[in-house]
Amino acid sequence: MADSDAAGIPRGFGKTEREDAWWIENLPFIIVLGAFAIYTTWRAFEGKFYWTDPYLSPFYSPLIDPEHHWWPFSPAILILGGPLGFRLTCYYYRKAYYRAFLLDPPSCAVGEGRKHYHGETSFPFILQNVHRYFFYIAVIFVAFLWYDAIRAFFFPQGFGVGVGTLVMLLNIVLLSIYTFSCHSLRHLAGGKLDCFSCSTFGPVRHTAWRGITRLNENHMFWAWASMISVGLTDLYIRLVACGAIKDIRLL
Amino acid sequence: MAEVTLRIFRGDQKGGQHVDYKVPLVPGMVVLDAVHSVQGHQAPDLAVRWNCKAGKCGSCSAEVNGKPRLMCKTRMDALPTDRPIIVSPMKSFPLIKDLATDVSWNYKVNKMIPPFQPRPGVEWKMDQRDVDRVQEFRKCIECFLCQDVCHVLREHGKMDEFGGPRFFVRSASLEMHPLDGASRTRLLREKLGIGYCNITKCCTEVCPEEIHITDNAIIPLKERVVDQFYDPLTMLVRKIRGASTP
Repeated sequence: MADSDAAGIPRGFGKTEREDAWWIENLPFIIVLGAFAIYTTWRAFEGKFYWTDPYLSPFYSPLIDPEHHWWPFSPAILILGGPLGFRLTCYYYRKAYYRAFLLDPPSCAVGEGRKHYHGETSFPFILQNVHRYFFYIAVIFVAFLWYDAIRAFFFPQGFGVGVGTLVMLLNIVLLSIYTFSCHSLRHLAGGKLDCFSCSTFGPVRHTAWRGITRLNENHMFWAWASMISVGLTDLYIRLVACGAIKDIRLL
Repeated sequence: MAEVTLRIFRGDQKGGQHVDYKVPLVPGMVVLDAVHSVQGHQAPDLAVRWNCKAGKCGSCSAEVNGKPRLMCKTRMDALPTDRPIIVSPMKSFPLIKDLATDVSWNYKVNKMIPPFQPRPGVEWKMDQRDVDRVQEFRKCIECFLCQDVCHVLREHGKMDEFGGPRFFVRSASLEMHPLDGASRTRLLREKLGIGYCNITKCCTEVCPEEIHITDNAIIPLKERVVDQFYDPLTMLVRKIRGASTP
């Protein structure tokens, strides 16, 4: 290891020769993710205004024991671990929160001022290796949310389209793209093969891998878009359910 | 003619400091031109490593205004010339003199990686689909900017436990090779310490060859390590098939 101080480069937290505002790239993540975390926690514990026929909030889907027969708390608490785990172990979010919240590093070529570092070799971060299992769980949630989005076309009076229907449809499309642009899926679908042309189903898996790779190139965008959309979808349904706004029927 | 101030580090392991040099600003000038101007007219003893001046040899790596970059690919008109431009040696490697650092540790790591080993009886024929991925990795010019910026080496000095992005790229080029039969996943986990990488993508950001180091090399390798050591399902499937853990 170089005695870098000999080269006159400063050491310590936030120390750098960079002259640009390196800290600014962390601000959107701190603000948006922080706001999302606060809102989600509040909504998960609120336990009401999550259903207005035919709309069900994505934070409460699948809806388990809404009548509180055996679960006395908010039904959202039972299910939020799945989507939360998927996002927490997501390769994009890892980059973002390691930088913005754990300051590990705060930005490229900026000092950390931390002495001990284990990366993802020890608890708790070694658990990041189970990301693919959270992906499997996320697929189940996506299936439920597609059911909810289709269900949102069927009002008590019959088939129709409301603003809420379109909001839920857009939300599940964004969530699906985010889920299926996952790095782990890219690996499982074909990336793990060394030779596409000489493996069983190799050509098909190569096509799948290429398609997922195209989506994966914008995984960051889909992560942001789907996170914002799921929050706004819940907010819309909550506002309609509590009577603050009225859902507009388009059809 | 307009002038610009270059604040270049001068010194060695015993110590040193940044020294200001005024250089005439020429259209199309890159930082390496300016450094050469200093060397040619004001400080003939200035140590700087360079070779092709075309972004292909990977020799002139340094830190310009705090960012790891190739000096020959950093245009002066892309930098704020109204204040001194700071040029420092790479921080992660031992300093030799001025802008020259000792990067020999990288060659030692390279020797740890088993070279290409063709599968027994393999047909020497490759489909383009199978080599597309690997060809991206062949663009690497070994400038070691990714090693310089990687905080595991730069901040935490884990040279004994961690190979660094450059050698994950090299490992990926071998692991994904359609004709190669060796497995390097145990090496990646135990000797090259891929678990230390927390995928903050700084290596990708500084790569002058624009190799998608994190997405196309490191993450796929991490997933292969998961296959071998962390995923009970794939471990079970491998056991049923009778394959041993490499």
